[in-house]
Amino acid sequence: MMLGKTAGGLFWMFRYLERAENTARLLEAGWRIALTAADDEGENEWESVITTAGIKPGYEARHDSYDAENVIDYLLRDQGNPSSVMSCIAAARSNGRLVRTALSSEVWEATNETWMVLKKALARPVSERQLHETLMLVRNRSSMVRGALHGTMLRNDIFSFSHIGTYVERADNTARILDVKYYVLLPSMAHVGGSIDNVQWDVILRSVSAARSYRWLNGGEMSPLSIADFLILDLRMPRSLAFCQLKIGESLARLEQNYGQRHPCHDLARRNAERLEEVTIEMIFDEGVHEFLRACITDNATLAGQIQVDYRFNE
Amino acid sequence: MTDAKPCFDEMLVGGDRARQPYEAYFRWFQQENIKDLRRKSTQAEEFFRRIGITFNVYGQDEADERLIPFDIVPRIIGGREWAALERGIEQRVRALNAFLHDIYHRQEILRAGRVPREIIARNAAYLPEMIGVNPPGGVYTHIVGTDLVRTGENEFYVLEDNARTPSGVSYMLENRETMLQMFPELFAKLKVRPVGNYPQMLRRSLAACAPPDPGNPKPCIAVLTPGIHNSAYFEHSFLADQMGVELVESTDLRIEDGRVAMRTTEGFKPVDVIYRRIDDDYLDPLTFNPESLLGVPGIMDVYRAGRITIANAPGTGISDDKALYSYMPEIVEFYTGERAILKNVPTWRCSEPDALAHVLENLKDLVVKEVHGSGGYGMLVGPAASRKELASFAAKLRARPGNYIAQPTLALSTVPVLTKAGLAPRHVDLRPYVLVSPDRVEMAPGGLTRVALRKGSLVVNSSQGGGTKDTWVLGD
Repeated sequence: MMLGKTAGGLFWMFRYLERAENTARLLEAGWRIALTAADDEGENEWESVITTAGIKPGYEARHDSYDAENVIDYLLRDQGNPSSVMSCIAAARSNGRLVRTALSSEVWEATNETWMVLKKALARPVSERQLHETLMLVRNRSSMVRGALHGTMLRNDIFSFSHIGTYVERADNTARILDVKYYVLLPSMAHVGGSIDNVQWDVILRSVSAARSYRWLNGGEMSPLSIADFLILDLRMPRSLAFCQLKIGESLARLEQNYGQRHPCHDLARRNAERLEEVTIEMIFDEGVHEFLRACITDNATLAGQIQVDYRFNE
Repeated sequence: MTDAKPCFDEMLVGGDRARQPYEAYFRWFQQENIKDLRRKSTQAEEFFRRIGITFNVYGQDEADERLIPFDIVPRIIGGREWAALERGIEQRVRALNAFLHDIYHRQEILRAGRVPREIIARNAAYLPEMIGVNPPGGVYTHIVGTDLVRTGENEFYVLEDNARTPSGVSYMLENRETMLQMFPELFAKLKVRPVGNYPQMLRRSLAACAPPDPGNPKPCIAVLTPGIHNSAYFEHSFLADQMGVELVESTDLRIEDGRVAMRTTEGFKPVDVIYRRIDDDYLDPLTFNPESLLGVPGIMDVYRAGRITIANAPGTGISDDKALYSYMPEIVEFYTGERAILKNVPTWRCSEPDALAHVLENLKDLVVKEVHGSGGYGMLVGPAASRKELASFAAKLRARPGNYIAQPTLALSTVPVLTKAGLAPRHVDLRPYVLVSPDRVEMAPGGLTRVALRKGSLVVNSSQGGGTKDTWVLGD
């Protein structure tokens, strides 16, 4: 048992930590492709990064063009952008303060230190030359928090709500990346077959830190269908939709067992999981990738909303 | 405020010989390298930042989260010195509790004419809603932070009683934690009495004050905080965490079936004891401040029905009144039948015409405080004030004499702090934390030492540039 507010604070703390990492990863992938693309395509790529992050209206209200400097600043430091790395880390820490009593001192100190370190590192605009190093820092810091979580926290309801936050955010992120880029995976596009496609495929994989693991599993062969399969249905891939659903399901099952109480969110989670268990990637392509991903994003959000109600996050 | 007269230094006699409690420490210090020790100071600051022990200063947007400076030279109190203090504090705290019970019941002390009625009647902190109410276990002041100053070898004065919601105990605990990490060798050498079990003592003490319920051997305790923007939020979360109890805001609470209950992931669960860190005004919008967003509507009804313990009890704030303070020697004598062990600072109540005349005549030598003020705000320190400041304060005094009391400027004792040039004396005070439950009064040995870091300054408040030191009570 814990306060509903605390459960909500944990959920959001770990959502924001995950989002900070995702924003950093997206930025890194976009930056790589912008570097290798021709001039005008570079701008297109930055625009697509902003679209993927789901923050296009905010960006366009702030900047007129999609050049590297603006995009990097908006994604890393802009406090007006709720998904910027700095905003996310500040929100994660603020939620961490709120739930301080539920965290081990290691987790709290790692979170607080991350905030201090990044506040310093992001005090001034980050140039392209410093970008790689800064992104490494973000990744290292969030790994420290995650390590502290796994190494020091009791496996009770606190852990479950933290996990649910992480995987709800991650599922949302993977689905969005695929939804923005799915057209490059469509068979009708594949026959174009040039190196651009390969680069686009690579960007998708890099956005979810899966370029190397995908190649390992596929012996260096790349195909749009197997990339989609990997990111949607492969349970070995820790950022795939199926994996995220599995983890959310496990955490909810543990809560059900701990509390001895089943809620509407348990049925919703079951339904979301079933959809992924019963399909093949071919079926998804036949019925429409975009429609499938939109449904995943909506259902994931509905589930998150139901969890908040069932466990009384708010008054 | 600065001083010229020599004051009692707790470490050094004649500038080079250590007083008895400091002998071992001073021997150790003389063999240390100042530069290395200064480095330890920097380390301590990093440690505090990482654990997030910061406070917010009201009215300063920029300095959102600030650290209270920490000085690494401990303040050391001998075992016998402490035992005497302990007796005096316990006597005073027991008298305070008896006084609070009395003024909310038969008012014997008013009938006996030992304390004038106006002191109670005119005081906004006196809550008529508490008349005739019996707090569970009969305890009003569950936690007291008695502020003490020293002026000589055996001269201690109580400066304030702080029976409302004394803060700062997290600093006492984290200061010790830091010192243990930085100077383990000193703790091996000196027998320093531990303070680390304070959260367990607090938990036990609060539990002992729970409403009697034979079917419930483990009462549910919660710390009630105004939220993460409060200047003492760190302390609220720290204490809840260390005690292993929930940290709640008023939005987590509501009244269900005549009990105070908190919203949990498994529904609403009853709470037995609330250690509240919000003021009386914000407790219950139905009873007190209807504008308040902080309170729990109806909590006072549950309280009056004896089904929740609120620590400290509503209405205890009256004992923080500085006019009432001047009557403490009478109060101690009235309820304990003994003379007060700890001295009061002589106090002129400006509401009395003779006293006002004396204060106006000697303004430049006196400290003048608002009766309801705290935190060092709104006070005049005569010797440090300019002629213009004195004149404008005199006008305020004439306009509302009842709002002020005046005290002589005491020659507060000093304890050295570490500066670039080595040790330098700075003025200190001491706030021990006292826990009251139906069966005992207890305190962690020592407390929080606050130190005025500016040379000659007598103002130790953290909001005015004060710092803290670890306080060692020796087990001799």
